[in-house]
Amino acid sequence: MARSTVPIRNGEDVVRVRQEVRRLAIEAGLGLVDQTKVVTAASELARNTLDYGKGGQAVMDIVQNGARRGVRIVFEDNGPGIADIELALKDGYTSGKGMGLGLGGARRLCNEFAIVSTPGKGTMVTIARWK
Amino acid sequence: MDRIPILKLGEALLVTIQVDMHDRLALALEEDLTTRIVEYSAKGVLIDISALEIVDSFIGRTLGNIAMIAKVLDADTVVVGMRPAVAITLVELGLSLPGVRTALNAERGMAMIKRRIDDGYPISEYEDEGGS
Amino acid sequence: MAKLSASRLPGILSDSVRHIISDWLTSLKASPDGRLPAAELEAQCESIVTRLAQACREGNLTDIDTSAFAPLRDVLADVSRTRALQGFSPTEAATFILSLKQPLFARLRIVLASDPERLASDIVTMSELIDLLGLFMMETFQRAREEVILRQQTEISELSTPVVKLWEGILALPLIGTLDSARTQIVMENLLDSIVRYEADIAIIDITGVPTVDTLVAQHLLKTVAAARLMGADCIISGIRPQIAQTMVHLGVELNVVSKANLSDAFALALRRLGKMVVNQRRAVPADPA
Repeated sequence: MARSTVPIRNGEDVVRVRQEVRRLAIEAGLGLVDQTKVVTAASELARNTLDYGKGGQAVMDIVQNGARRGVRIVFEDNGPGIADIELALKDGYTSGKGMGLGLGGARRLCNEFAIVSTPGKGTMVTIARWK
Repeated sequence: MDRIPILKLGEALLVTIQVDMHDRLALALEEDLTTRIVEYSAKGVLIDISALEIVDSFIGRTLGNIAMIAKVLDADTVVVGMRPAVAITLVELGLSLPGVRTALNAERGMAMIKRRIDDGYPISEYEDEGGS
Repeated sequence: MAKLSASRLPGILSDSVRHIISDWLTSLKASPDGRLPAAELEAQCESIVTRLAQACREGNLTDIDTSAFAPLRDVLADVSRTRALQGFSPTEAATFILSLKQPLFARLRIVLASDPERLASDIVTMSELIDLLGLFMMETFQRAREEVILRQQTEISELSTPVVKLWEGILALPLIGTLDSARTQIVMENLLDSIVRYEADIAIIDITGVPTVDTLVAQHLLKTVAAARLMGADCIISGIRPQIAQTMVHLGVELNVVSKANLSDAFALALRRLGKMVVNQRRAVPADPA
């Protein structure tokens, strides 16, 4: 099915990630609120990839599970990684300039959320939103 | 770099955000508005976001900052026209913008600002401006 | 050898379509089912057997995913979908196609009576084929049921959240039933869309019909209030019943919003906020004739 890869190297790329996710979410038949939620979550994570991961990419797919369709996005970077994931997911925690809502907020906006990180190697965050 | 235009309407500043904002554009808006509020001694700032399809934590934070900065400079900020889907998402994200005033549309937001300009400030201080 | 055996099957099937249909129908009608009209059953059996014979003539008997089986797959998908809607159990749906084995084998036994070796291998081939078709039907059946459940979920949640306009600029949302996360989203969406549509300043959320208010429900209500505020509208919560008020306090649930005991108090407050007043109309006094 439709797959799209967007490199994340600067602020404009974050906007492109939003637009691509929006396009796939519409194609997957998500309602307006679900579209907005997954696009917002993608925006947060793309910014994380840029600011903390020193750039990377987003790979997005339309996925099917029985009668339900949805969008899955994988954010990958080769940055410093996250030492304490539990801590990073807490609201209000931030190691940079944000409000600390990025990771935890993105998790609340999605049906699926998985994070794998190796300090020194990079981080991979996978999210999905179902119809 | 493109910037978001700021209109002056009497003592109010009017901003209509019509593009998908990247972070630097949002920061530029914060900076420009701060400069203009002082330059025009504006008493109200109206930000129309009815065209915005998403507001993420960064844009939300920028709106909050603008409101706080404006407050320090003695101006009130009203954010108008937030779409339902955007409002639901912002709340779920954990951002409820407590310091920001809101209104359904630009017309009502303008009326709020006008009320504040008309009777919200000591007349002695702004007598001359109000009369002209 | 196996190839040779298989090659006679299509011919036998084509020649025996009538026989197989009538035998199958006889066995099915031995245990009639009120949910299925006889005419519908006959039509289904007929088209399944005909298309099966056709598919066997054109296609590979071990692979039902090929285009030769497309017409048969269509009719089977259709049958299992209607059975899912008619409320049949998965077992009943699968038994239906599996019951084709008996009349089919009976026919093979008659035609191939003189060739037991071929009979045995053909029965194995057909049995495997019917099993594949059975699995296919189960899958479609399951999918149809999932679709029904999904649709009903949406319907129920949409049905139960009407937004009514009480006055110019004042809306009411009478909530009935339990609030879970999925429903809250639809309730919120409905309310916020209505706020835009009616350009409402105030929305009254009446929870008289909500059986319990625990921390989670309170959170959902607060989210709705917060989202409405972001759009520029105020909310008033009304209809907190005495027991619920008690439970909330005992549970330590805080509902930091404007709340009123009942809808009419909330409505009065909303009118006052909009600067409206309710007055008694003076009865028209007839002119004094004197």
